[in-house]
Formats: sequence, structure tokens, C-alpha cells
Amino acid sequence: MSTNKDKIKALKAAFPHTVPIFTGFIFIGMAYGILMESKGYGFIWSALFSLLVFAGSSQYVAITFLTSVFNPFYALAMSLMVNARHLFYGISMIEKYKDAGMLKPFLIFGMCDETFSIVYSAEPPKDVDENWFMFFITLLNYLYWAVGSVLGGLLGSVISINTKGLDFVLTALFVVIFIGQWKSQKEHKPAVIGVLCSAVCLIIFGQNNFIIPSMIAILAVLTMLKRDYKQKNELAEEETE
Amino acid sequence: MTLTPAQTLIILLMFAIGVIITRFLPFVIFKGAKSQNSYIRYLGEVLPYSAIGMLVVYCLKDVNLKASPFGIPEGIAVICIALLHYWKENTLLSIGAGTVVYMILVQYVFMT
Repeated sequence: MSTNKDKIKALKAAFPHTVPIFTGFIFIGMAYGILMESKGYGFIWSALFSLLVFAGSSQYVAITFLTSVFNPFYALAMSLMVNARHLFYGISMIEKYKDAGMLKPFLIFGMCDETFSIVYSAEPPKDVDENWFMFFITLLNYLYWAVGSVLGGLLGSVISINTKGLDFVLTALFVVIFIGQWKSQKEHKPAVIGVLCSAVCLIIFGQNNFIIPSMIAILAVLTMLKRDYKQKNELAEEETE
Repeated sequence: MTLTPAQTLIILLMFAIGVIITRFLPFVIFKGAKSQNSYIRYLGEVLPYSAIGMLVVYCLKDVNLKASPFGIPEGIAVICIALLHYWKENTLLSIGAGTVVYMILVQYVFMT
């Protein structure tokens, strides 16, 4: 069992990894709260959406459903489509979350793009419990988002600093993780496949419909390359032996 | 509010259920199957790298290369981040500097 001291240690180790998310989520969360407020949905609704849905892109899409004719089934279909990319994160995390025990449901529930990318790439220090480390990254990001959207709903248009472009912080985060993984890996094919398949699908299907075709294309290409990858790895293992 | 509170709550639950399904489904389907199934193990090894690549494209999906400013601010910022991160490998520095560069570009240089 982990003692409270271990947990505090894990929290301290987790926090620095979440600082970029803090910036991005407070800002984008506030923008969300402000937008909800402007449509007549006050901060309590923003808070409920952020705590129960916890998916930025879906919450923005949900606003279009809150401002038109009531259509719950289409809302569910839309939510499944917008979030289909989470299926990839889940497959990637099966191994890492394997021994998380009682923390596992929350780790999976809170696995947004940002949390996935950090939990997957960040290594905790040796003396820190990995499950609590991942838990605190997930929890902190979850809270930043909720706090941001409530602040946005409360403060509304009071704030007037020019924050144009600040939301780029999340793009920057993904680029940094991409580069970090590139440097740490000898095999670059999966990364290149991810970028190329998505870029081609973006050109063909347009910005609103390209994620599901991209996922299918990535799966197809990765599947075709499986044998090649396996042989290479076996060769590499033989060499190291 | 366009919808009634009850309707809003239903829309909220629909979105929440959609997100929960996409996040939990792989864990439910492959429960315990992972160690035996070599295809899933293979996907678990390579998919994260593809997924991050896809996420980078996803973030840049609204960039319009055909109209001013032709994606130049995004291009410059991404190159700055890549070079800086290759060189220093300091996550916060790369993200912070890249974001500041981008904000300066869209606020002062490429005003639209």
C-alpha cells in the first residue's frame, strides 16, 4: 500500500509535467465557459460538462446541440465520432494501466489527448510509484479544465488581455512530445505513418471528417508492416544477445 | 438557453456516454487478451507513435494554406519548437518559447 508520503511524492513528481496543460486548459477552458455563458448556459452547466464529459472538442461540438433542435441520438453519434481517436489511446495504454488497480477507472475516464500524451511519454523518478504518478497527472489536468471553464463562466467578458494565439500551447505540447519520441526511437515508421496518413486524409476528406478515415488508414498500413517490424525486432534481439 | 434544463442534461449525458465508450472500449474488449494476442501487442507498441503524429495533424487541421497568412505562423512556430527541442530537450522551454513566438506572429506580424 502507498502511504500518504508516497502519494505526495508522486504529486510533486507529476506537477511539473502538467504545467503546459495548466496554461492551455485554464485558457481554453475559460474560452469554453465564456462561450457557454454567451449562449445562456451559466457556469454550473460549464462545470457539469467539464466534469462529466471532460473532452474539449466534444464540449465545443456539444454547444451546437445546445443551441439547436433537441436531438439526443445524433448527439451520441457525434460524440462517438469526435472521440473515436481515444480508441487508439486505449489500445496503447492497456499495458501501462494493467496494474493500476483501483486507480484504473479514473485513469481511463480522464484520458484526454493531453493526459494520454504525457502519461505515455513521461517517466516517473525511480523512487516514485508509477500508478500514483499517472493518477496525479490525470487528476491535475482534469481539475485545470474544470477550474478554467468555471472561471470563464463566472468572469465572462471582464478579461480583456490579448490572448490571441495562446491556445497554440497545446499544439506545441504535441509537437514537443512527437520530437521527444522521434529522438528516443530508432524506428520512425509508426510516427511517419501517423503524420502521412492523417495529412493525406485531411486533404481528401477535409478538416471535419478526416479522423476516422485517418485511423482506418493508419491501422491498415501498420497491419501491412507487422511482419516486417517483427522480423526486424527479432534480428535486433539476436544481435544484442 | 435554447433547450430546457432536462433536455440539456440529456444532451450532456449523451456526450458523456460517447466519450466514456471510446475511452473504455479497448480495455473492455482486450481484457486479459493482450499477453496472448500478438497483433494487439504489436499495435500497443507502434500505435502511440502514430497517434501522436495524428494528433499533431489534428491540431493543425484548421490552418488554411490557400489564404493569408498561408500557415506561415504555424510553420515558423513548429520549426522553432522542433529545433529548440532537438537542441535543448527542455519540454517547458520548447513549449513556452514556441507559444510566445506564435502569439507574437499572429498578434503583431500576420495580423488578419
